[in-house]
Amino acid sequence: MTLSPAEWEAIRLSLLIGLAAVAWILPPGIAVAWWLARHEFRGKAIVDGLIHLPLVLPPVVVGYLLLVALGRQGVIGQWLYSTLGISLPFTWQGAAVASGVMAFPLLVRALRLSLEAVDPKLEAAASTLGASRWRIFTTITLPLAVPGLLTGTVLAFARALSEFGATITFASNIPGETRTLPLALYTLIQTPGQEATAARLCIIAIVIALLSLIASEWLARRTRQRLQERDG
Amino acid sequence: MANLPSNPAHPTQASLMLSVKQQLGEFQLAATLDLPGRGVTGLFGASGSGKTSLLRLIAGLDKSAEGSIHLGDRALLDTRRGVFIPPHRRRIGVVFQEARLFPHYRVRGNLTYGMPRHAESRFDEIIELLGIEALLERMPGTLSGGEARRVAIGRALLSDPQLLLMDEPLTGLDGARKEELLRYITRLTQQVDIPVVYVSHDPEEISAIADHLVLMNKGQVQASGSLGTLLQRFDLTHQLGGFDAASLLEGEVVAHEEAYGLTHLALDCDHQLVLPGTSAPLGRRLRVRILARDIALALTPPAHTSYRNQLNATISDFTILPEAPYTVELRLSIGTFTLRARLTRKSWDEMGLKQGMQVTALIRSVSFNAL
Repeated sequence: MTLSPAEWEAIRLSLLIGLAAVAWILPPGIAVAWWLARHEFRGKAIVDGLIHLPLVLPPVVVGYLLLVALGRQGVIGQWLYSTLGISLPFTWQGAAVASGVMAFPLLVRALRLSLEAVDPKLEAAASTLGASRWRIFTTITLPLAVPGLLTGTVLAFARALSEFGATITFASNIPGETRTLPLALYTLIQTPGQEATAARLCIIAIVIALLSLIASEWLARRTRQRLQERDG
Repeated sequence: MANLPSNPAHPTQASLMLSVKQQLGEFQLAATLDLPGRGVTGLFGASGSGKTSLLRLIAGLDKSAEGSIHLGDRALLDTRRGVFIPPHRRRIGVVFQEARLFPHYRVRGNLTYGMPRHAESRFDEIIELLGIEALLERMPGTLSGGEARRVAIGRALLSDPQLLLMDEPLTGLDGARKEELLRYITRLTQQVDIPVVYVSHDPEEISAIADHLVLMNKGQVQASGSLGTLLQRFDLTHQLGGFDAASLLEGEVVAHEEAYGLTHLALDCDHQLVLPGTSAPLGRRLRVRILARDIALALTPPAHTSYRNQLNATISDFTILPEAPYTVELRLSIGTFTLRARLTRKSWDEMGLKQGMQVTALIRSVSFNAL
């Protein structure tokens, strides 16, 4: 089965946007997950709820809110455009922002569980050995939470890859710019006589999703084994 | 005894001075202590007496105390002046009850985790002292309990601390492993040039290792002083109950009687003890623990007896404790040493013993507990 240039374009865009989305949500995702795992504060439930909102809101609502905030007339978007000359709507970067927001809660959830499972006694031991908070985090806490980090990253990547509603609302459906695999599929379904091509894209989507799940499972198992390595 | 090369960054030993208060559930921890800048201080008390809480305050792992803690001339805590030095800048090594090794580092990585550059030269010496040379490339999950503790001790020492805290490091080990690790720790504390605070509720451990004793009870410091002195105090007999009223004597190995498996220990030039053979080389100083109940008294030196040790002693002091009305606790001076003994009231009366009397103290060779 050979793929048409349009199909290749959709796959390339999907991967690009998925990777870009994961890349930008990783630093804040790690920070937020650590904050939630290691601190008790007033209003934690509210913060938690806000972070999970994209999971339960209709994606179109998220897309619309992004337009309000980041559109060229938007609160932040206006400033971005006038000072940095950046305009996000209708660009692949905008699609990455939209799918990243949708994937954020999945990353934070998985990572937070893993961080909570790291024994604070090990962190205390590291501090008595002269390690600063930052060194403890980068050498003890995060490495021990790698299984959760991997699971979260792959889940977020898969979610970003398949994002539809927020992306089409915020970044539109522009061939070669924001038409990712799901958007291409949607377009094909709308076009009479393209059922066979749609089916092909559908299979490609399933294959990519499966591959990333298997990869994550394999990576997580390998790290767990490395942590529990036994002789003989 | 060969000391490890001391580190030029802190040539003098730092003594620990503290005065802290902390609310701990039902009771208040209130401790004022001034600990010596060398040797091992045993922090002894029943579980729940506040030993571990005090240790956490010293290490800086708990912020909720009022008062002050000074290590040498450094203020680690001074709530009145708003000083709180975080644990990673206190230079206090901690050996916890559990080894707390980092599971994702090899033993070598654990050992070097807190090691500053100027301590690298001590690496070989410390791993040899702890007998962990062969474990360097293993993962912590593959170590036995005793091995993991030894690595944890090495890790703390290699972080080049000015004070080493040990929180019941033998917890959860079986008898043989316990003895083995205790031997390592004893050796180490004799060779490493920093003060050690050793928390335990086990009298055997404390008498094996400590020079100084702090007795804790319900969050308060009940007594603090040299271990030998506190053991001689009648009024602490009950609190030190687990110690089984014993005396500590120290001497030098002067001879071995291979044929009978006996070792001769010189306490000073006039007094020698015979104890069960040890492998300690001639000239090595040994500490022996003699239980008060293992000493018998005679008015004149008996001619035919199986007691290997007969020492001329003077009864310097005696008392009858209210909790044990039918026994007499006494102190004997033997040369410059003091030995505690315990007799039944009946023997005391029938022999007509009195303070200041000359007697012969009889100690069975087998009753020694060489540490």
